[in-house]
Amino acid sequence: MTPMLSLATVSAAYGSFQALFGVSLDVARGEAVGVIGPNGAGKTTLMRVISGILPMRDGTMSIEGREIGGLPAHRVVEQGIAHVPENRRLFPRLSVEENLRIGAFIPSARARFAEQLDWVYQLFPRLKERRGQPAGTMSGGEQQMCAIARALMSKPKVLLMDEPSAGLAPIVVQQVFELVHRIRAEGLTVLIVEQNVQQVLDVVDRAYLLEVGAIKLSGTAAELKGNSFIREAYMGL
Amino acid sequence: MDIYLLEAIINGILLGGVLALLALGLNLIFGVIDVVWICYADIVMCGMYAIFFLYAQYHVPLPLAFLIAIIGIAALGILVHLFIIAPVLDSAPINQLLATGGLLFFLQSFATLLFGTDFRNIGVRLPVLEVATIYVSFARLIAFAVALIGAVALYVFLKRTYIGTAIRAISQDREIVGLMGVDQRRIYLVVSGIGGALAGLAACLLALQYDVHPFIGNTFGPVIFMICVLGGLGNMIGGFIAAFVISQIIAIGGYYSSTELSYVFAFTFFIVLMFIRPRGLFAP
Amino acid sequence: MNLNHVLWAVGLAILIALPFLAPPYFLHLVIQILIWAFIYTAWSLMGRFGFVSFGHGAFLGVGAYVPALLWNYYGLTPWLGIPLGVAGAVLLAIVVGYPCFRRRVVGHYFALVTLALSQVVLLSLVAARDITGGSLGFTQKAVGHSWYALQFPEKGYFYVIAVLLWLAGLAAWRSIDRGIGREALEAISEDEDAAAAVGIDVMRQKMRVTIVSAALTAVGGAIYGQYVMYLNPETVSGIAVSLQIVFAAIAGGVYSLLGPSVGSLLTLSLTEGLRVWFGTDYIGAANTIYGILLVLCIIFMPQGIVGSLQGMRRRGAIAKPLVTLDRQSATRRPSSAAQ
Ligand SMILES: Nc1ncnc2c1ncn2[C@@H]1O[C@H](COP(=O)(O)OP(=O)(O)OP(=O)(O)O)[C@@H](O)[C@H]1O
Ligand SMILES: [Mg+2]
Repeated sequence: MTPMLSLATVSAAYGSFQALFGVSLDVARGEAVGVIGPNGAGKTTLMRVISGILPMRDGTMSIEGREIGGLPAHRVVEQGIAHVPENRRLFPRLSVEENLRIGAFIPSARARFAEQLDWVYQLFPRLKERRGQPAGTMSGGEQQMCAIARALMSKPKVLLMDEPSAGLAPIVVQQVFELVHRIRAEGLTVLIVEQNVQQVLDVVDRAYLLEVGAIKLSGTAAELKGNSFIREAYMGL
Repeated sequence: MDIYLLEAIINGILLGGVLALLALGLNLIFGVIDVVWICYADIVMCGMYAIFFLYAQYHVPLPLAFLIAIIGIAALGILVHLFIIAPVLDSAPINQLLATGGLLFFLQSFATLLFGTDFRNIGVRLPVLEVATIYVSFARLIAFAVALIGAVALYVFLKRTYIGTAIRAISQDREIVGLMGVDQRRIYLVVSGIGGALAGLAACLLALQYDVHPFIGNTFGPVIFMICVLGGLGNMIGGFIAAFVISQIIAIGGYYSSTELSYVFAFTFFIVLMFIRPRGLFAP
Repeated sequence: MNLNHVLWAVGLAILIALPFLAPPYFLHLVIQILIWAFIYTAWSLMGRFGFVSFGHGAFLGVGAYVPALLWNYYGLTPWLGIPLGVAGAVLLAIVVGYPCFRRRVVGHYFALVTLALSQVVLLSLVAARDITGGSLGFTQKAVGHSWYALQFPEKGYFYVIAVLLWLAGLAAWRSIDRGIGREALEAISEDEDAAAAVGIDVMRQKMRVTIVSAALTAVGGAIYGQYVMYLNPETVSGIAVSLQIVFAAIAGGVYSLLGPSVGSLLTLSLTEGLRVWFGTDYIGAANTIYGILLVLCIIFMPQGIVGSLQGMRRRGAIAKPLVTLDRQSATRRPSSAAQ
């Protein structure tokens, strides 16, 4: 079966600084996959390359077998990939609902805006309460919910999440990870970058370890949890 | 109160409408594309010439001439973006300023070449209204009303449509809008087109009141920048209000002294205000 | 002695020989090129550090009108009138520059505030039409050859004055380029806060370069007025002249000693050439082409002409932008921000 998302020997760079060196990874349909690694490993870069905000230098990239390497970001969304960026990056002066509306910018999503909005409000009742508030004035947790909701508005097949738990209180972190379960239950495929290694390994099926722009290790969540190197270096056990 | 002063104030408010419209266009472009079109008033000049020739020379009915001018200038706005702004988008801001400054030079000289330096009037004489011994130019009244309608229409567009929301979003986070499926280049073209259409609309309103000549842009171009900066570059509501502040200074100053001095007052007021509020009147 | 010295020697020899060889019309053109080269060089003293002023039309206007008016109305010799005009321009520069720098009016805002300043001077000159002749301009009272009035009907005198002026401008450029202030100013244009943090007196450095630039511009305006003996608000003040100054300086290149002079040489000979070419039948044709060339130059030679040539000579060197506005405006563009 063709994987949902597939990267083969992908390289990327910022100017003359190369940040990714031949990264290959696959995510099957309905799977949740984690990417872990130290600061500066290139995790965010990987996400940016997949969603097309950073052009790929080399390699191939496809969704459901359709090549997406080299597509500009706005075309990648149309292929069914939504990206929850690092640090949320909401439009602070737009209201919550306007943020959600712009999440449904692509034609296919506009057509079912109302339906999608209902679903998202059902997932995040809090956002419905705050629909008219400028997004920048909400709490960090609410903003993260809004960022995820905004990405879901395009009705994606694959959801990329870049450190959704960063800067949140433990209880909210818990909620975010529970959310990953619910999103998967809806049939979405998830690729998630996390520093919270222990917790992310509880929600994903498999994970990759990225170090200095290259995949160092990969395996099922259970395997990685048992790996002594991971336990020492990333879980502090 | 002195009846003539009152008249000046009213005319000031009416003038403010057109200036506000122009400030809206310039602010929209700056807010989204981050480029100041120094040549904006000269694009209005092109629109005025278009109306003059269509109506006075080729006897196209006035409403149709207006419509053609608005569409034509909107197209001109798009061309300006494609051929002049797009190539310098990644250059230093001063290069962008200068590229449109070069266009200003070009438009003024080209108009001189084509049409000479004569002052031309479309020759539509609208009545002057007399309300309780105050004389108000009908043309200005129309201009004011249309400018307000234009501003409201723009507001509704920005507030209610997907493209409008994207336009507001893009100035808040240029990179991330791409993740929403928004094609930045397309938005830039749309915004340049709208900016052009607003200039075209202003051209219609100004053609009813003023003669057109190649350098007419020099008379109100600097005023529009000043209004935009005063309101906070990119802040459309601020610019809208600032237009009325400035037009009042010009109107009242003109009443007490000469036209030129009234502009001197306005510019001086602007400079002093920049020292008090360097990011504009309405900056947080 | 290297190639550069040879080139300078040849250049100077040509400059010395010129008045004896060139026809008067040609000499007239050269004098204008030199005076404007001086003015553009004066502008670039600020421009190269990112203070993009559209207000030099104001300094030029004050510098030109004050001595001319004093001469016409009070018979005051330009030898006193010019210093007074320069003082006026400097005062203006301080009154506007100081609060601008203090209140951190930078980038687009600085450009537009200074643009307003040149409009203020233009419109004031027009409004005071009883004295200045308004937009029709006015002619200085001519007294023939006179050192007292600084009037010389023979072009040779002004030629010498223009050459000396130009050399003085280059010397000023060089002294700032070689002086200790340069690094301070570069640091300021990079990051004002960081510069202040390492102990640079930001205000002092900015004011110094602004005052020098304004004063020299005013001198240029005065000599221009003495030479052409006719002043018009549009030709020495306002947005059009300011744009002309910024354009020519940047087109030539503000980071090299001769850049602004090359800008003057090219723009003036181009406009003059086009004007002669098209004659009076096609008013505006010359400037139309000039406008197109300006836009093309900005798009395709963002380093300025001299900068681009130097760039070609040492290919691979990191390109400097043509002028950087202060950082505050550069960082307004979140597109390059890291996610
Ligand atoms: N815009 C940029 N320009 C230049 N280099 C960049 C840019 N963004 C990231 N880098 C560099 O690329 C490398 C990878 O960065 P990236 O943001 O992908 O790391 P990360 O794994 O997401 O780190 P973190 O866990 O801290 O978010 C780093 O060395 C970083 O300095
Ligand atoms: Mg990261």
